[in-house]
Amino acid sequence: MSDKTINRVAKATPRRLARKVRGLSDRAIAWIFVGPTIFLLLAINIFPLIWTINLSFTNFKANRINRAVDYIGLRNYERILTDGDIWLSMQATAHFLFWTIFFQVLIGFALAWLINRKFKGNDIWTTIIVLPMMLSPAVVGNFWTFLYQPQIGLFNYVVAFFTGADPSSFEMLGSVDLAPWSIVIVDTWMWTPFVMLICLAGLRSIPDYIYEAAEVDRASKLRQFFTITIPMVMPFLMLAVLFRGIENFKMFDLVVQLTGGGPGSTTELASINLKREAFEKWRTGYSSAFAIILFVTVFGLASIYVKALNKVKER
Amino acid sequence: MSYSVTEPTKRQKWFAGTLVILYAIITILPLAWIMMTGFKTPPDSISYPPKVYFEPSLEGYVNLFTTRTRVSQETLENLPPPQNFAEEIVRNRGMVIAGPSKFGQRFLNSVIIGFGSTFLSIFLGTLAAYAFSRFKIPLADDLLFFILSTRMMPPIAVAIPIFLMYRKLGLSDTHLGMILLYTGVNISLAVWLLKGFIDEIPREYEEAALIDGYTRFQAFYKIVLPQAATGIASTAIFCLIFAWNEYAFAVLLTSGTAQTAPPFIPTIIGVGGLDWPAVAAGATIFLLPVMIFTILLRKHLLRGITFGAVRK
Repeated sequence: MSDKTINRVAKATPRRLARKVRGLSDRAIAWIFVGPTIFLLLAINIFPLIWTINLSFTNFKANRINRAVDYIGLRNYERILTDGDIWLSMQATAHFLFWTIFFQVLIGFALAWLINRKFKGNDIWTTIIVLPMMLSPAVVGNFWTFLYQPQIGLFNYVVAFFTGADPSSFEMLGSVDLAPWSIVIVDTWMWTPFVMLICLAGLRSIPDYIYEAAEVDRASKLRQFFTITIPMVMPFLMLAVLFRGIENFKMFDLVVQLTGGGPGSTTELASINLKREAFEKWRTGYSSAFAIILFVTVFGLASIYVKALNKVKER
Repeated sequence: MSYSVTEPTKRQKWFAGTLVILYAIITILPLAWIMMTGFKTPPDSISYPPKVYFEPSLEGYVNLFTTRTRVSQETLENLPPPQNFAEEIVRNRGMVIAGPSKFGQRFLNSVIIGFGSTFLSIFLGTLAAYAFSRFKIPLADDLLFFILSTRMMPPIAVAIPIFLMYRKLGLSDTHLGMILLYTGVNISLAVWLLKGFIDEIPREYEEAALIDGYTRFQAFYKIVLPQAATGIASTAIFCLIFAWNEYAFAVLLTSGTAQTAPPFIPTIIGVGGLDWPAVAAGATIFLLPVMIFTILLRKHLLRGITFGAVRK
């Protein structure tokens, strides 16, 4: 009975009035709310991506607009994969990736483990440790060149102070052997807190009763560490590695300010090489192909990694 | 007294505390050094051994904000007495102030572009996040994943087509162009984070409001927005920091009018030879706001930098 009344009233109400009372329909609101964001993403992210793919099959040069553009098929890709310079830059990237992640995981986890001892004032010190992470990498790179100056630089002075070497006897940024390590050091200084924070979240997520049960079972502290702490923190640690991996694979600003890719091309990471090809040599088509290769590499590696991560999480 | 097996002993705490504090001091040393260098005179800044005790001077800051020209001793003596401390410092080096430097302008650009893009990202991001959180949107998960994956692209790779596009549209080296670009980059983070915050607000609140006769839109801005205020504020700070720190796009797409501070600061050194105090002063002014924001944000820090993957 009452149902029918409602229906009748609803039918009798003019659409316009209904809209005034109820406002826009949910579906209309959903599209109004999401629309502008999707438009912006299409304009700034998707459209450029498609354009890059298109350019990667051409011999276009952005500094010569009037020249005829030819489609040259996969020749750009062929050239890249056989280009020695590109492989050198991939090697430099691999070196940088491996060692930064290695040190950051090691130090970051150790710090998190120590902070989790909950000593007095640990949150204040944590905040101080976290500071470098949020700073502008370009400005950080710039002022580290000052710290790395031979003789007058603080870094050289401190190293000399502890090792007894002459502070002007080594150039962190100028020597072929040390430059790859100088960028690893700065990146580690900057991003160890990131790994630390994630590990700390992982450590804090382990409930106390697990350790209490282990204690009852008389498991040694060492055993508890390897059978409880490590496996429980693993998913967090892997997530940290994923983030650092993606970020450092596309590393540009910090290293460009520190070494500019030099000396020679010892620290010329993939992104720096890409910039040189695209905006100094103006080989737009060629560099677009390189950009696509880099994107596919990161995307592929990240997808495989995320699958592994999910498996660890399920365990 | 209660005894807990998980509570570290006093000795463990002391040991852990010492190591962590040691690390904190090492990590803060480079930052402290740069801030100190900003208050040194140029000769002090390049002395060997590095000077820990020195007479503080504002020369770095004066050099940062001014351009100077060298004049002969004669002209210097004939000038009227210096009007302010800045002129005095400059004249002691046998120079006069020729005018303001570009740093103020570049810093202002950073502020305009940073705040502009943050406002836009948050405005659009909150709306989109609400829709993703509350309504069924076809392919929502794929869309969100796609939004995130665009951030895996090296910025230089995106910069190539953007550079061409902006050149055609006349947006290169304009504030609007940079604001739109940074919004495009930031909005994925904003939507993702805000969706997390809005998901945490119980739907029942809005449903109750809807029954009370609120329209969907009223329910959104009278019920959801106030509840999400903290989340929106911390997301805004993240967007601001990312736009503030960005370098790759800025160096490739701006050169004058819209150039932000990060590409400009490294060029300061070239102006006056080895003017490290001016560089340090510029870095200090530029980095200090971010440090303050980091301290304010510390509770939500992890969530922001992991795209909401880790919530504490």
